[in-house]
Amino acid sequence: MPAVTETLDTVQSVTQSGYKWGFSTDIEMDLAPKGLNEDTIRLISARKGEPDWLLEWRLRAFAAWKTMTEPHWAKVHHAPIDYQDIHYYAAPKKKAGPKSLDEVDPELLATYEKLGIPLKERAILAGVEGAEDDEENQRPPIAVDAVFDSVSVATTFRESLAKVGVIFCPISEAVRDHPELVRQYLGTVVPTNDNYFAALNSAVFTDGSFVFIPKGVRCPMELSTYFRINARNSGQFERTLIIAEAGSHVSYLEGCTAPQRDENQLHAAVVELVAMDDATIKYSTVQNWYPGDAEGRGGIYNFVTKRGDCRGARSKISWTQVETGSAITWKYPSCVLRGDDSVGEFYSVAVTTNRQQADTGTKMIHIGRNTRSTIVSKGISAGRSDNTYRGLVRIMPRAHNARNHTQCDSLLIGDQCGAHTVPYIESRNRSAKLEHEATTSKIADDQLFYCRQRGLSEEDAVNLIVNGFCKEVLKELPMEFAVEAQKLLAVSLEGSVG
Amino acid sequence: MLEIKGLTARVEDKEILKGIDLVVPDGEVHAIMGPNGSGKSTLSYVLSGRDGYQVTGGTATFDGQDLLALAPEQRAAAGLFLAFQYPVELPGVNNANFLRTALNAIRRARGEAELDAVQFLKLARTEIKRLSMADDMLKRNVNVGFSGGEKKRNEVLQMAILRPRIAILDETDSGLDIDALKIVSDGVNALRAPDFSALVITHYQRLLDYIVPDRVHVLYKGRIIRSGGPELALALEATGYASVIAEAA
Repeated sequence: MPAVTETLDTVQSVTQSGYKWGFSTDIEMDLAPKGLNEDTIRLISARKGEPDWLLEWRLRAFAAWKTMTEPHWAKVHHAPIDYQDIHYYAAPKKKAGPKSLDEVDPELLATYEKLGIPLKERAILAGVEGAEDDEENQRPPIAVDAVFDSVSVATTFRESLAKVGVIFCPISEAVRDHPELVRQYLGTVVPTNDNYFAALNSAVFTDGSFVFIPKGVRCPMELSTYFRINARNSGQFERTLIIAEAGSHVSYLEGCTAPQRDENQLHAAVVELVAMDDATIKYSTVQNWYPGDAEGRGGIYNFVTKRGDCRGARSKISWTQVETGSAITWKYPSCVLRGDDSVGEFYSVAVTTNRQQADTGTKMIHIGRNTRSTIVSKGISAGRSDNTYRGLVRIMPRAHNARNHTQCDSLLIGDQCGAHTVPYIESRNRSAKLEHEATTSKIADDQLFYCRQRGLSEEDAVNLIVNGFCKEVLKELPMEFAVEAQKLLAVSLEGSVG
Repeated sequence: MLEIKGLTARVEDKEILKGIDLVVPDGEVHAIMGPNGSGKSTLSYVLSGRDGYQVTGGTATFDGQDLLALAPEQRAAAGLFLAFQYPVELPGVNNANFLRTALNAIRRARGEAELDAVQFLKLARTEIKRLSMADDMLKRNVNVGFSGGEKKRNEVLQMAILRPRIAILDETDSGLDIDALKIVSDGVNALRAPDFSALVITHYQRLLDYIVPDRVHVLYKGRIIRSGGPELALALEATGYASVIAEAA
């Protein structure tokens, strides 16, 4: 690939004059130099062996990004982000992985253990060599596409998926093997200039997942992806694209765990979903990026754009999220209900403790007739955290008989945290019926005492009460995820009472 | 055996218990009666370890173990059960799950094997039947949407399943109609055994028609001013507290 070599040489010469050490050739990581400019983007595109159209697409996004400013309407506060002080590309070197679980950082394994992640998946997550090829332990029916930093290192079950025509692979591979599909759909739900972080992602995304479910196919297994941030100061810019053709059905699971880091890490993912006529996409997330220490130092900035387009009639997109991690969460998984009779759902549990800040919610844009949406949001705040639900329900003029039901409940633990509900409701069609319910409650001393008198420890009691509070959302998760999510709630709230 | 000696306690700045001496031997049921504000509920909260009830002096031991040094859940594991005057609602928490979690926490603390879901359901269904309660009791969320009587019955069900060694019933009869009173009393009487004792706190004699106590104590202004057999409760019913109070003064 002479073009690639040339680009690399160019970038290296440029960076070597600007940066003291040029390329960071750490034993384990292959890092691009810090900073964001056209050359960085060319480097990423070259490293990925991308076609020209995609490089141009990235450069257009970058041009748009340069004209935009960081949004500050959310109820979150952080020090200014130096976008030039970030590595935009980090690839783990193929052969640097541990040989077995014995060589993996025990703390990381302890985290997986607490979360109840199956041994087999722990090995894949920890990057144990050959773990993904070890047939004996394979545990259907979940396909895991583990994203390690920026490059997917493990993809399982791909063959059995291929039999029914389902494509499930890293998006970089999809660009190579199915360019026509990627080109047709990429950026059609979240345009490159949609918002500041989406534009940034479009310019520098390094990997993510690609899913294509052909017409009439019910995906035979849950698709699951684990993301993990590994490299210090390497921004994470995943791009996920899921396309469900007419009459198809897919359930996609995404979970993250990040090991402890001292410096803030920027995470700006984009997820695009497209559902055609009668198609259903269920997208479940358990997010537990490193939230920072008790004083809020470190931790991930999670600025995510997730949007689903119910493009076809009677299509359905359902988002379920359990958000416990990140120092800052800025995330509004949305549904554009374009097709007549289409359905959008958003079920969310957001937990903040210590100094965490979460501003999360959804947007339901009703365009088609008889479109229906449901929003159930459960916010739990503890410590000195701030937890905001921000949601938009918009009924467009053509959306006759649109329906929305919104329920926002907040639970406070302690007296130094904050819970905020900011609903935006815009109706431009008189036949619409919209309902909004909101409650705020506190875990009361008498509830805790009642449980403890029955023999439960204080933490088990909080756990039980919190899980009861979140029940409506947790029951939307696929079974094994629900179990993991319950444990995650417990781990997240450890020590938040008393 | 529950032994309380010279127990004093305050809530915020107010001294409520002013020196309680009380012994409840295994196998006995003792009733504590007294007018409002005499410290009956405070005594039950102090014994069960509720925050905000500050012990300022004296001791309370159960089988020689210092109760006051234990966390509420440790007291529960030691066999102490409090039937609440106002049972608390736990939204979204299913009664069966709550009870199994509680039972297993107690069993774990005692070094006993935990019960799986099937074993637990078998046990719970047996108790529900014995107490003439509805099966859906287990499926409902803890006390949510329960009538006053259902809440009290649920307390008795919990007691039957958790099998405490000493139960404190804090005005469990308040708000009960006569049928419910009978069910609740039957539940308590069924637990009567040589290794079970109970402290029944009540305003009224009528509960003691069903749960016949071995001893009756009159609590007034933070002190036990009179103790006697079951006939004391009957005398109180006839003459009111005034005469006992006057006698003690």
